Amino acid sequence: MRLVNNSLTMSLSKVCLSSLVGGNFLLVETDSNAIFTPEDISSDQRMMADTAARFMDKEVLPNIEALEQQDEGVTPRLFQMAGELGLLGMDVPPEFGGLGVGKTSLLGVEEQFTRLGGFGVTCGAHSGIGTLPLLYFGTEAQKEKYLSKLASGEWMGAYALTETGSGSDALAMRTKATLSADGTHYLLNGTKMWISNTAWAELFTVFAKVDGEHVTAFLVERRFPGVSFGKEEHKLGIKSSSTRRVTLEDARVPVENLLGGIGKGAYIAFNILNAGRFKLGAGALGAARESIKGAARYAMERQQFGRPLAGFGLIQEKLGEMAVRLFAGESAVYRTAGMMEAVFETGELVDSTTPPFPRGLEEFALECSIIKVSCSEILDDVADEALQIHGGYGYTEEFPPARVCRDSRINRIFEGTNEINRLFIPGLLLRRAQRGRLALVEAISRVEGELREISARPSDFEHRGSAGSGGVGSDLGQARSLVENAKRLVLHLFGLIHKKYGEKFSEEQEVVAILSDMIIDIYLAESALLRTAKALGRGKSAGVMADLAMAFVNDAAGRWEGLARKAFAVISEGDQLSQHLATLRSLMRWTPLNGVSIRRRIANRLCEVGSYPALVCLK
Amino acid sequence: MMKILVALKRVPDPDTRIRVKEGVLDLDGVKFAVNPFDAIALEQAIRMREQLGDVEVVVVSIGTGDCVEQLRLGLAMGADRALLISGAEAPDSLSVARILADVYRRERPDLVLMGKQAIDDDSNQAGQMLAALLGIGQATFVSKIELVDGRSSACCARETDGGIETITVRLPAVVTTDLRLNEPRYVSLPGIMKARKKPLEEIQLTDPTLKAPARTRVLKLESPPPRKAGIRVRTVDELVEKLRNEAKVI
Repeated sequence: MRLVNNSLTMSLSKVCLSSLVGGNFLLVETDSNAIFTPEDISSDQRMMADTAARFMDKEVLPNIEALEQQDEGVTPRLFQMAGELGLLGMDVPPEFGGLGVGKTSLLGVEEQFTRLGGFGVTCGAHSGIGTLPLLYFGTEAQKEKYLSKLASGEWMGAYALTETGSGSDALAMRTKATLSADGTHYLLNGTKMWISNTAWAELFTVFAKVDGEHVTAFLVERRFPGVSFGKEEHKLGIKSSSTRRVTLEDARVPVENLLGGIGKGAYIAFNILNAGRFKLGAGALGAARESIKGAARYAMERQQFGRPLAGFGLIQEKLGEMAVRLFAGESAVYRTAGMMEAVFETGELVDSTTPPFPRGLEEFALECSIIKVSCSEILDDVADEALQIHGGYGYTEEFPPARVCRDSRINRIFEGTNEINRLFIPGLLLRRAQRGRLALVEAISRVEGELREISARPSDFEHRGSAGSGGVGSDLGQARSLVENAKRLVLHLFGLIHKKYGEKFSEEQEVVAILSDMIIDIYLAESALLRTAKALGRGKSAGVMADLAMAFVNDAAGRWEGLARKAFAVISEGDQLSQHLATLRSLMRWTPLNGVSIRRRIANRLCEVGSYPALVCLK
Repeated sequence: MMKILVALKRVPDPDTRIRVKEGVLDLDGVKFAVNPFDAIALEQAIRMREQLGDVEVVVVSIGTGDCVEQLRLGLAMGADRALLISGAEAPDSLSVARILADVYRRERPDLVLMGKQAIDDDSNQAGQMLAALLGIGQATFVSKIELVDGRSSACCARETDGGIETITVRLPAVVTTDLRLNEPRYVSLPGIMKARKKPLEEIQLTDPTLKAPARTRVLKLESPPPRKAGIRVRTVDELVEKLRNEAKVI
């Protein structure tokens, strides 16, 4: 393993493959062969997902009612069984009883757990934020003591950061840790709120301020003296998961249970949240797939006016749109998983904590936020439309959509609200640039130069528009160049906004969120196009995949334009605004595709094969 | 050491929606699985090994490289090694039986376990033909199996139309498995990791008699006609009238 401190990482990023640098997708064009896609899943990985699918079908889903009511013993029994099957320790190396497989292998399993939102939260919180702090920041002795228990599912893990008074502003926590007089223990005092898995967890990663100042992580066993738990919160959804307060009253935590060093808690908290956000996004895909399957089947069976709902345009539009958005989100998640796995595999470490932690955990913080925001919103919309397709039945508990809507809603709140994550994305680009880890400033000045040329010779930068083009390949090519122009647009805007507001940039939250939304659409659109191009390159005919990708880009074109107009109107007026709008027009030239017929085609094929995965597999 | 040979067939996943296009199966986008009856056979073999100890379980599949996926699943479930027999073109039941007979002569197993039929063509012939070609005993539709007489015979319960028939066959024999024999275990993730290191041998068919074209030919496939919408009758008399005059069943 190579040790890399922050200054070394700087020079290292220059020699790295450009796709392995977080945020770099916005500055450079990516080669389709360099990305990981769902079609690259190995047969072993598929087998793992199949085991999880069978476990859900046979053990978990038949027990929905008992799980949702939190009947005594049901969750622990199923959790333990998942552990025995090896589903809970995939990240953990074999020497600690796990599988030691990479991020791309986790996806298929995570997508299965979330077919029941609450159970998905239980398992996801355990193997994600419950286990990863120890895995990535623990000493050998700490891992020796606890890790194999977590990997096997013998113990459940939990993560306690939030407090009553500090949610998004997590570092304003009031929980304190004081070293005991004899120096053997820390005494923790405070209350943690909304802690998933509290009912069953044996090990909590708790954050507290040493001497009221230095945010520090501790491994706290359930049975340590001074640890107690509140009653179950009465939640809107994810009812099968446990959420309670954790109260620490002079809780005695041995000094050897301090994680990552005094004052290193923020590194742990935020970097673990990267992993949590990624996992949340991946999980949302599974729940969305399940919703689409239910909606498509219902639309086929339910007859009105003498034909199935699936025969009506407005239903087809919904089914088509669900598949289009899921395809884009899925493409982004798998692409990110591939990049994360590649960086983890380098073994590079960042020495900000003791012991140092893997660079793979922090490199793609921005992409993880994109995935968290986009996939949680995709799932919300998919769940909502699935309910709508079910009509009155959807509003009852007889059919799954009502529960899925409730379960889905939390995803926009936890692991950092979508608002916090939206602020985070441009902020992180800036920070990486300031630390010399991203050539953002250079890219912005390159774009400025190009735009000066545009205004001199506009025709050079127009792309041809899609009308009258020959074949799918060239359509995809035009979509790719539109995405490249969207990158120019967002970089241009970024430069203007930063110039105007300077250090107070982050106070202009509405404008920052516009940048974020544009960046999110760029990442998803590009991922969908690259995935399609990669599949085409392997001899697959374009069919359904090209429809899915092109429909997404076609709508994103309108969104980019609308968002940019809004932002330009905030930062400029009069002649200057007119000038900006002219730039916008020259960058965002796009002849709209017939989105109605594309979605009809997608919906018809979806209903024919009955599920989203089968739809995407079509040649 | 006892040796059990288990045949695994690659078939469309039972949960997949089967579509027929122009008289042939449309396999576009279809997911594949191990024939569920064969998975039951493999589960039985693994249980016998767990019970008896010194048993080797060998799985065999006939087909293209795609079948490696099903063989890996067999290894992940617990089989010790796998054989892929490639080079046969669309074999029918008799060709399958001939090829398996060849594998039998090579491997000399004490017991051949296989599903009573495959869920794709539902032929229900290969096991019977294999036993006949080899001149050894057979027990079909088996829902219970127990080794007796110092492992020299198998006592099998057969599910027949008339009820359960119990027979004893001398080993070596071919036993085909029915649904109620057992429930196959989960393929655990550590099992999948272990399977990567287990031997999987590919055998290319060279014997022209084994490569001979199938004697049966599928002329056409058709989807069953879609179910017509039901009607509501007001009275028993109306029901009787419709059953008699429209459905013509009474």
